[in-house]
Amino acid sequence: MTAEHSAAGGRPVGRVRFMDAQRVNLDGFAVEDAGLGLVAMRSPHDPEPGLAIRGGRVTELDGVPEDRFDSLDSYIARHGLDLAVAEEAMRLPDVEFARRLVSPDVPRSEIVRLTAGATPAKLARVLALLRPAELCQAMTKMRARRTPSNQAHVTNRLDDPLLLAADAATAAAFGFRELETTVPVLADAPSNAVACLIGAAAAAQGVLIQCSVEEALELELGMRGLTSYAETISLYGTEQVFTDGDDTPWSKAFLTSAYASRGMKMRVSSGAGAEVLMAGAEGKSMLYLESRCVALARAIGAQGVQNGGIDGASVAAAVPSGLRELMSENLMVMMRNLESCSGNDALMSESDMRRTSRTLPIVLAGSDFMFSGFGSIQRYDNMFGPSNFNAEDIDDFLAMQRDWGVDGGLRTVPADRIAELRREAAQLCRAVYQHLGLADFTDDQVERAVDAAGSKDLGETDTLAVVSAAQAIRDGGITVVDVVAALDETGYEAAADRILAMTAQRLAGDYLQTSAIFDEQLRVLSLITDPNDYAGPGTGFEPSPERQAEIDAIRQARGVEDLRAEQATAAEPLLAAGPVGAPGPVRVAVPGQDPREVVIGVSPAVGRDVWRCLSGLTVPEVLAELLAGLEEEGCTGRVVRFNDTVDLGRIGLAAARLAGSGIGIGLQGKGTALIHRRDLAPLANLELYSVAPAVTPELYRLLGANAARHAKGGTPDPARNPYTDEAIEARYHTKVIALMALERAWVKPGAPPEELPLDGLR
Amino acid sequence: MSPATGEGGSGVRALSGRPVEELTLEAVRRGEIGLEDLRIHPETLEWQASVAEHHANPQLAENLRRAAELTRLDDGEVLAIYAALRPGRATPAELNALADTLAGRGLPRCAALVAEAAEVYARRGLSA
Repeated sequence: MTAEHSAAGGRPVGRVRFMDAQRVNLDGFAVEDAGLGLVAMRSPHDPEPGLAIRGGRVTELDGVPEDRFDSLDSYIARHGLDLAVAEEAMRLPDVEFARRLVSPDVPRSEIVRLTAGATPAKLARVLALLRPAELCQAMTKMRARRTPSNQAHVTNRLDDPLLLAADAATAAAFGFRELETTVPVLADAPSNAVACLIGAAAAAQGVLIQCSVEEALELELGMRGLTSYAETISLYGTEQVFTDGDDTPWSKAFLTSAYASRGMKMRVSSGAGAEVLMAGAEGKSMLYLESRCVALARAIGAQGVQNGGIDGASVAAAVPSGLRELMSENLMVMMRNLESCSGNDALMSESDMRRTSRTLPIVLAGSDFMFSGFGSIQRYDNMFGPSNFNAEDIDDFLAMQRDWGVDGGLRTVPADRIAELRREAAQLCRAVYQHLGLADFTDDQVERAVDAAGSKDLGETDTLAVVSAAQAIRDGGITVVDVVAALDETGYEAAADRILAMTAQRLAGDYLQTSAIFDEQLRVLSLITDPNDYAGPGTGFEPSPERQAEIDAIRQARGVEDLRAEQATAAEPLLAAGPVGAPGPVRVAVPGQDPREVVIGVSPAVGRDVWRCLSGLTVPEVLAELLAGLEEEGCTGRVVRFNDTVDLGRIGLAAARLAGSGIGIGLQGKGTALIHRRDLAPLANLELYSVAPAVTPELYRLLGANAARHAKGGTPDPARNPYTDEAIEARYHTKVIALMALERAWVKPGAPPEELPLDGLR
Repeated sequence: MSPATGEGGSGVRALSGRPVEELTLEAVRRGEIGLEDLRIHPETLEWQASVAEHHANPQLAENLRRAAELTRLDDGEVLAIYAALRPGRATPAELNALADTLAGRGLPRCAALVAEAAEVYARRGLSA
């Protein structure tokens, strides 16, 4: 900014400068530009939907006559459409199609039937009509598998095998049913695949493993049984970009069959933005181009699609309605009766709110896979680039599942269980690497991997050892059988059995069907065995009571008994003067005569179940400050416990009525405090500290001093309530509820107030 | 519903012919298990194709049937055909010759895929 500019008043005002400094403004936002393909739902250059069929052959597709078909049109026209239903589907008005899509009264199978006859342009037009809530509704109905699930990224900067194994075990324990790894160094790939295979088996049965690398190597790893699925077989929406990607629909169709021929699950990958980034969108909308990809995915016989932006998610997010477009991509996959692996695997914003806004609707609606890679490791270790959610966000995600009562596929794992599984995984990995002559690891390296929150915690590692281990796996022709034998021979029979049982599943091929995953009992859940039967409220997927309990029981949840135990750790005998566990007889408090006497009234559970305030100060510490404040101003204090109410106003007023001065201080065990006077109404007061967690010793002392000034008829110096902009209520309300329950339990109507000894308070 | 779990009890076997029940740790210990024992059998893929067909996905069925054919090729051959189908690798004549070879070896669906590619690649300038 020039000085002139500034002097002329061109500098934004403070309010705008402040807004400019927020993180969301690190994001790029694009002006919609159909010419560049920077348009989400509909471009003026998108073709009109249309289909001409002559003699059982498609002669025109979305406005393009057969002799001008590009390779994508050709493949879709020949293989992608159900011509028996095409006329009906194309004749159906877009709005009517959209309504049937959303309505719970029209079954999923009917939408699948109609969609099979819809051209890419037709499907894009229909989806562009859905509002966000309607997208959620349609996704809930159209997902192929009834039970939703989730996939994780497991990678690290160093390709460290022990850490990969520990992190794969952690991810499997959290509930991810597919683990996808990749490499910063291509040559490391075989080692990463083996480490993740072993790690996952340490924690759970039936976890599918993928190693996303160059296609020939990926297929080779699969053929050796070291991985069990693939998903980075990319499709693009224009012929030019498709060819630039060094493939054609026919080569991809062949590759799809190649995976199946080796018993491997696979899905293809596409998504908005890829064509725009390669300046090859031909002026078409992202939704239309993706609709071509999805039609092609179905046409080549893939069982599923990873889409929803993927690497181009932030391109879609940069244009108006971009997030609608991303979700629509997933929905059209479901409509084509395929498995949806629903993106959310690339960090699309610097703003926590925007990235949550992008992901949440899909979690609420439920997808075959909510994420095509939730970063189960920290952002810096995610070798796919940071995902939209990463290890930093696992607790957030668990809380979100619980907040909405939905199954996002994850669960809480107790801290000691995580430690145990990580240690077992690292030890298994070490044993296999040693047994197969791949690498030797020390006890210290195992312990570091167990404890590491990320690869930066590993200290010095030998990256060359990883390359040479990977080389040995590849050159030595190591297969899953060798891994099983190594586990067995080093005494890890259970893990060996798990991997072998999983390998045997390749022979049955049930997991080649649409949306197939294994549950932890190694049962296949798929379109065939676990079909989505949503038909409105009261139908479709509902977590079992056990699963719901798992979702609800996050490790941070606390109940009254937890708080009682926590309070007991601060118990001090000097306050325990009550009839329960009391050292002495109850001393009933009587009115005082001294005009300089102030009574401090405390709540019923103080010294019985409650010893510590929300601020962390103990009640005796607070009382000591209050008494010191009184003394500073020449007054004396007496502590009385009131047993007939938990209401602070009533406690303060009753204290004032006992005090010789007519001034009382009320103190709840949680730390809320006020000054009261004997002639005021119960709900009135002279000063109140309402934000108990933030009250300091100095403030309590000031409250004592001010009570004394009131007692003497002097001028108090009222304290301001401490202010905080933190979510103080979110943090403490649960505790407040539990503390008040403890207080309430000690209330005895009509019970007299009792004096507490002051010994040791000063 | 599958050969593995179906009521009919029809046993799943590997490409090698070994029944799935014999894929045990004992067999691994005896050194009996090789990669052929982990490969899916074409009949299983045919079965899965018929399941896909009955669940409104004839394209997935076709893919699985092509896969059944491909079980007869070794890994190197499979990768070589994939390479030939990538853009600009093979001439239409080479692709047609490949299709004929595949047809002659009893892989008619794969042959049809390659022949169709030859035709479209020639028209769209995707061949060598």
